Amino acid sequence: MTLEIYKEHILDLYKNPHNKGNLKNPTYEFSKNNPICGDEIKIQILAKNNKIADIKFCGQGCVISQASASLLTDKIKNLSINKIKKLNKEHILEMLKIPISYTRIKCALLPLEAVRGALENVRN
Amino acid sequence: MNSFKKDFPIFKNNPKLVYLDSASTSQKPKQVIKAISDFYEKENANIHRGIYALSENATKKYILARETIAKFINAETNEIIFTKNTTESINLLSNVLKEILPKGKNEIVLTEMEHHSNLVTWQEFAKKYHFKLKFIPITKNYELDYEKAKKIINDKTAILGVAHISNVFGTINNIEFLVSLAKEKKAITIIDAAQSVQHLKINVKKIGCDFLAFSGHKMFGPLGIGVLYGKKELLEKLPPFQFGGGMINSVIYEDATFLDIPEKFEAGTQNIAGAISLAEAIKYIEKIKIEKIERYEKELLDYTLKKLKSIDGIELYLPKKQSSIISFNLFGIHQHDVAQILSDNKICIRAGHHCCMPLMKKLKTQGTCRISFSIYNTKEDVDKLIEGLKKVKEVFRE
Repeated sequence: MTLEIYKEHILDLYKNPHNKGNLKNPTYEFSKNNPICGDEIKIQILAKNNKIADIKFCGQGCVISQASASLLTDKIKNLSINKIKKLNKEHILEMLKIPISYTRIKCALLPLEAVRGALENVRN
Repeated sequence: MNSFKKDFPIFKNNPKLVYLDSASTSQKPKQVIKAISDFYEKENANIHRGIYALSENATKKYILARETIAKFINAETNEIIFTKNTTESINLLSNVLKEILPKGKNEIVLTEMEHHSNLVTWQEFAKKYHFKLKFIPITKNYELDYEKAKKIINDKTAILGVAHISNVFGTINNIEFLVSLAKEKKAITIIDAAQSVQHLKINVKKIGCDFLAFSGHKMFGPLGIGVLYGKKELLEKLPPFQFGGGMINSVIYEDATFLDIPEKFEAGTQNIAGAISLAEAIKYIEKIKIEKIERYEKELLDYTLKKLKSIDGIELYLPKKQSSIISFNLFGIHQHDVAQILSDNKICIRAGHHCCMPLMKKLKTQGTCRISFSIYNTKEDVDKLIEGLKKVKEVFRE
């Protein structure tokens, strides 16, 4: 049932998030919110040689969006920007390892959308 | 199971369901469901110009439905216009009201606790006609500031729009007082009764408002049918909202004349089964008596508040005069997480901004958890909610 969402590893990330905070000199920065849920997230990226050298997020939201942000920032650190651009919904669901219902999928994808937005800013 | 619950088949089909979201939409009694299926199975025909028994019967029932609704709120029959819901009723007004507003008045007064449907509609109106929006603020008790209202409503006020009951806090607003202030300034008064018509006796003559809007589906009726009440003399002055069949007097290729009220505002084939079964919902309420509903829900509200107050870490948003709606937050846990864990125990609550985004910003929260009652709720439902909230705390180890 839905309690499967609130598994140990997910709640741990909610209480002790990874990569939460601010970067001093980010190369790219992007904020994304989901007004329906009230979730908001800011992603800061330090890029070096077309790779993510460091990444931080801040903001507030539900367990799913917060856990997704921790897992995603862990995953893309040291990854090339080209590879990050190829990440999609399935990658996020695989990372979270919990059932996500139709109404909560937006929460899970919010961090990825913020990262995409940050990288979009690069080109512009 | 209480005696009312037995009337609602949803609880037979979902025995463990704890439904605490009636402010979103109420469940439907079997009498209403039967009226819908009876119409389609035995009586379905279009109304008005069908000169055959089936159509004449449908027309008669549609007219009788309008009469039932009119009597329920103490209006005249031709002062009742069928719409899709409260939102469409307000949109009807915001589309045509400009035509009858006196020159020199250019302010719309709303309150800080309006639902988006009675806010965004007037934002669009204000943009289009260069009107100014003003808001009666809320106090720290989640009630309207009536002292400030006296100043905000002035000679420039063209329209006053106010919710009878807040869909977030359940606050029962003193609409009679606000309407009288607005009437002194010769403003048009509009009441959003979406959250009150199923809980309190509505008497449009006593309120003195010009217009009043509500939805069928929140008062045991079907989805897709709503009502706009308007004073006859004002409705007669207003131009039609939509054009097409059903509202025509005569047409030549170049021009047309329209029917009188209320048909003038009902273009196209109407939701006939909706209107007829909404009348059935009203008959259901009248059989129980709205005063009894009010008393029953008040008792349940008091019981719930006592239980909720005993939970550590709960933040309650409580006005002094409250209907069957309670908003709360738990330990800063995201509302969707609270609702999701409760849903595991078949407990249905609403979580989020409740279509009141500016109000949430003012409260400095991203949302609230909201429970709302109807006559089919019981103390057992409340006890299950309290158990559920304890489970939320356990999951989060708070």
